[in-house]
Amino acid sequence: MNLLRLFRPLRPYRLQVAALVLSTALLTLASLWVPGIIQSVIDDGLGRREPEALTRAALAILAIGALRAVFAFARRYLGEWLVNRTGFDLRNALYDKIQRLHFGYHDQAQTGQLMSRCTEDVSAVSRFIGQGAIDLLNVIMLLIGILFLLVQQSLPLTLIGMLPLIVMTAVTMRLGRIAEPMFLRIDNALGAVSSAVQEYATGVQVVRAFAREADEATRFDKPHRELYDARVTLVGTWGRYMPTFFLLIVASTALVLWFGAVLQLTLGEIVAFNAYLMLLAAPVQDLGFVVSSASEALAGATRIYEVLDAPLVIETQPDAPALPPLSGRVTFEDVSFRYRGAGAALSNISFEAEPNQVIALIGPTGSGKTSLVNLIPRFYDPSQGRVLADGHDIRTVELHSLRRQIGLVLQTSLLFSATIRENIAYGRPEATDDEIFAAARAAQAHDFIRSFPAGYDTEVGERGVTLSGGQRQRIAIARALLTDPRILILDDATSSVDMRTEYLIQKALDTLMQGRTTFVIAQRLSTVRRADLILVLDGGRVVQRGTHAAMVDQPGPYQEIYNLQLKDQEQFQREMLFLDSEEPEAPEAHTEPVPHPKAERPDPTRAEDKPLKPSSVR
Amino acid sequence: MTAKAATPAKPKAPPPGDDDILGKAYDPRIARRLTAYVRPYAGRIGIAILWMIAAMLGYIAGPYLIAIAIDEGIAQGDLGRTGQAVLLYLLAGVVFWIGTYVRVQIMARAGQDVVYDLRRALFDHMQRLSLGFFGRYAVGRLVSRVVNDVSVVREMVVWALVAVARDFVDLFGIIVAMLLLNWRLSLLSFAVLPLMAIATELFRRQARESYRRVRSAVGWVNAVLNENIVGVRVVQSFGREDYNLGVFKRDVNGNLLRASNWASLLVSIFFPSVDLIGSFALALVLYIGGRAVLGETGWLGVTITPGTLVAFALYIDRFFNPIRDLSQRYNALQATMASGERIFELLDTPVEVPDRPGARDLPTVVGEVEFDDVSFRYVPDGQPVLDHVNLRVVPGQTIALVGETGAGKSTFVKLISRFYDASEGAVRIDGVDVRAVTQESLRRQTGVVLQDPFLFSGSVFSNIAYAHPGATPEHVQRAAEAVGAHAFIEKLDKGYDTTVGEGGAILSGGQRQLISFARALLADPRILILDEATSSIDTQTERIIQAALERLLSGRTAFVIAHRLSTITRADLIVVMDRGRIIEQGTHAQLLERRGRYFDLYTMAFAGHAD
Repeated sequence: MNLLRLFRPLRPYRLQVAALVLSTALLTLASLWVPGIIQSVIDDGLGRREPEALTRAALAILAIGALRAVFAFARRYLGEWLVNRTGFDLRNALYDKIQRLHFGYHDQAQTGQLMSRCTEDVSAVSRFIGQGAIDLLNVIMLLIGILFLLVQQSLPLTLIGMLPLIVMTAVTMRLGRIAEPMFLRIDNALGAVSSAVQEYATGVQVVRAFAREADEATRFDKPHRELYDARVTLVGTWGRYMPTFFLLIVASTALVLWFGAVLQLTLGEIVAFNAYLMLLAAPVQDLGFVVSSASEALAGATRIYEVLDAPLVIETQPDAPALPPLSGRVTFEDVSFRYRGAGAALSNISFEAEPNQVIALIGPTGSGKTSLVNLIPRFYDPSQGRVLADGHDIRTVELHSLRRQIGLVLQTSLLFSATIRENIAYGRPEATDDEIFAAARAAQAHDFIRSFPAGYDTEVGERGVTLSGGQRQRIAIARALLTDPRILILDDATSSVDMRTEYLIQKALDTLMQGRTTFVIAQRLSTVRRADLILVLDGGRVVQRGTHAAMVDQPGPYQEIYNLQLKDQEQFQREMLFLDSEEPEAPEAHTEPVPHPKAERPDPTRAEDKPLKPSSVR
Repeated sequence: MTAKAATPAKPKAPPPGDDDILGKAYDPRIARRLTAYVRPYAGRIGIAILWMIAAMLGYIAGPYLIAIAIDEGIAQGDLGRTGQAVLLYLLAGVVFWIGTYVRVQIMARAGQDVVYDLRRALFDHMQRLSLGFFGRYAVGRLVSRVVNDVSVVREMVVWALVAVARDFVDLFGIIVAMLLLNWRLSLLSFAVLPLMAIATELFRRQARESYRRVRSAVGWVNAVLNENIVGVRVVQSFGREDYNLGVFKRDVNGNLLRASNWASLLVSIFFPSVDLIGSFALALVLYIGGRAVLGETGWLGVTITPGTLVAFALYIDRFFNPIRDLSQRYNALQATMASGERIFELLDTPVEVPDRPGARDLPTVVGEVEFDDVSFRYVPDGQPVLDHVNLRVVPGQTIALVGETGAGKSTFVKLISRFYDASEGAVRIDGVDVRAVTQESLRRQTGVVLQDPFLFSGSVFSNIAYAHPGATPEHVQRAAEAVGAHAFIEKLDKGYDTTVGEGGAILSGGQRQLISFARALLADPRILILDEATSSIDTQTERIIQAALERLLSGRTAFVIAHRLSTITRADLIVVMDRGRIIEQGTHAQLLERRGRYFDLYTMAFAGHAD
């Protein structure tokens, strides 16, 4: 990490930096003037008894005070402005880079790590380049100016008076060095305390269920004790150094007074001498922290550029044309794929999906179903072979024009903290209300959305309502529907929802699949049965392919899966049909009327589909 | 309906949250409660204050001794007297060093003790809060209370409290010293104080709001960043990168830039102003004091020595330091009050399910469970979640609970291990009201296996042995074997010692479930409650889980919130719930026969796909 890169964020602001340096220099000059005035007060005004000297001095101090105020304002504001502005720029750059980095990068990266790049590292860097560096410059300018003035008055006294300040510089450097690991220790302990609380709150049901409260208290107390010790050590250390700084300043004054008297300097000279040394004291004390903040900034910048310099990998090639509207043919030509640092996830996959066909992918966990579908929107590039959309190699076309024509509905539907309306319109922020409502209706979501007091303006997420899994999934379906994709990728598993919701989701998915080429990571018999092509995957290879009808009676992987996983469903259906045909009459004696599923009526008073948490209580 | 553009106006300000409560700078109620935590250490703090006063004396004596050195030593050319004064001056420095050193060592511990107690109190209180509380209080907020808010209070207790006290002591000492030296000249220096007060007040008013703005802007930036990192795959699949960047730059990050620049402007004006006011004082003292030295006593009425004048110049400098410091502390004080308010709000949350006084241990359970006319509401006068439920379960039976989301199944089972108390009626185990026994003894005998099995970030071993930390490796392995988890555990990097990561991250859903089965089996509860998951698991794991389930359920009373057809059909009793009531019960065959709700639920689930 070289220094030039550390300061690179300042490049667009040369003018402001120049003004900052200038105002710092002027401020230094103005400050250097004051002890001289005091000297003239004492020696000329008091010593030679010239009252005009006093008037002059008082006016000069006022004038310098005013000038200093102006320069100090300029310096401070420009410095802070640069801190804010470079922080702003760096955060924008990181935000943008992170959202464009390929999936492979995000597979390896941790959210917490990326967050700390954008927060702590950015503030360490911007604070240093905007202010710390100027503080450093300020100390250097002061030092040069003061030395220059002092040496002119008395070289020996300068050397003597400077001695404690040199010691002080060494001491602050040392403090900066030893404080750093202490801060680190505190950060780690604080992190551990956070995790302990977080884990407790997340796993509280288990803790309570097994009555392990006492253990949890111990678990919490370990990092908590560590935090205590770390803090006490830090404050204790600080308590040793801080008064030492003061003592060194006292020593410096004492030396100047004594040797000034011995060397027979005038009273004014001695006082001015002391005042000059005092001008250095505060910045020198800060020096240690400036130095440690420099090392922090360097480390932060290294981490920031690691992200900013990471290759995008999945990029639109220069001059790549936009993909024309697709009919929906998808072709895999001898595609193999491996994740970085792992074995083959897919090996020699070839197949063709005709427009509007349903392709079902089945196979055990880790067989490559997800890897396969991830290649279609070019979340990853195959390591061998080609993926074609309507005959275009997807690597040769503009990335967005490809992804815009593909819709995804995955099992865990991530929604953003925004209104329901914004979430549905996520892929098309310009969509009209009518389009949004239509999508929500088709996704069986309109009615429950309307049942919220704020309707489509209901906020989702931590600050808003908590949606159940089934509701989230239906919003995700509406979101995909609104973009009207030509190719659809979905996961038909509907985990942990009740049967009615499951039914509604199935209906929504059916609507969604109509008239699109659909790839389904299939869990249900109904999907598999109606698929135009079933690909049975195992270990990254297609081990069997065909339709349900063709494969179900053939011994092989499909039949095995069918027997284990799907047959249950079918048996049950038969049972139902059997019951139906046995007793064709209307069902007898319900305990109470059963609402027909299709007539899902909004009923806000009912806990319909909502999680059990009462939303009225915070 | 008009086809109005759906792009809503983008929020120009961060959404409000409880993290930006604008605290009062001083709230006596909160200060009093914080003081209660300080009180146990009052003795030590008192001693620390004595040391602080000693240090202050050394600090204040400095300029005075310099005045002596100048007037009686240097001005007279008396080296001996100069030497004495300089040595005394050094000595004063040493007194300051010792006083400060000892004071900080004492305060470091006392302050940390206070914070430690406070954080501990929060955690202990958390341990006693009901599950309902955890349901409505987001995890992030809780962490923020225990970590961030306590840290803010720490700043105040350990740092600000000491520094503010020191600043006041110093200020007081300096004023006294100046008055002693020459009271008229002192009054002259203090003439700038009203200006100072005005400047401080103006700054304070603005700083308060700008501080809040920056804080909430930072919160918003972090929230948006976090969400976009977590949701990056969705961002990319919808091609929202450009749009998002625009919003981030203009609103979110831009908001932070504007707020920070405003705050910067305020401090950039304030601190140079304080210095400027300081130089007014200096000019005034030099001019009038200087003339007094020359014999033109004027308003002062007396002549003064050059040493006094120099001492005054030094005092003025030291005088403005604590003032500047105090106005900086103002923000800290305000933040402390806001944090304190949030902390005490949490500490004041009532414990909803306390043990009754004199509750006894539940004797070893046979396994009979009875719901006697049980109703339950989350909020008094709210919608009942359970509505007059009656059920008696014979020991050893497996009960499948069936019904739509919100029918009351989860609440039903939560009442058995007394995560909540029934609002009306009673839940009895072996005829004993669960409210009459200690929660610990009750929960040791009722196992719960959750839908999304939660694992702690420890080893596989410690997770299985969670209920019995003393369990031997043989016991743990036997439990794992019994549920069919042993095979995959052995294949892990370090076998049973493999760390599972936060929330069991390195394991698949099925594997986590098997470990949670092993955990429940090792706990060997008499009554088992199982929230069955239907998440997609590959065929092989599915088969193992089925077998494990059978093993787990045998020989105990079990309540299963059932999704798997196989579990439901094998249950001894199926209970169909709707809107908090039991509407049907019986075996699979009986219920199908009946053509009631149960029948409907299943035809509904499969009808759409039977063709």
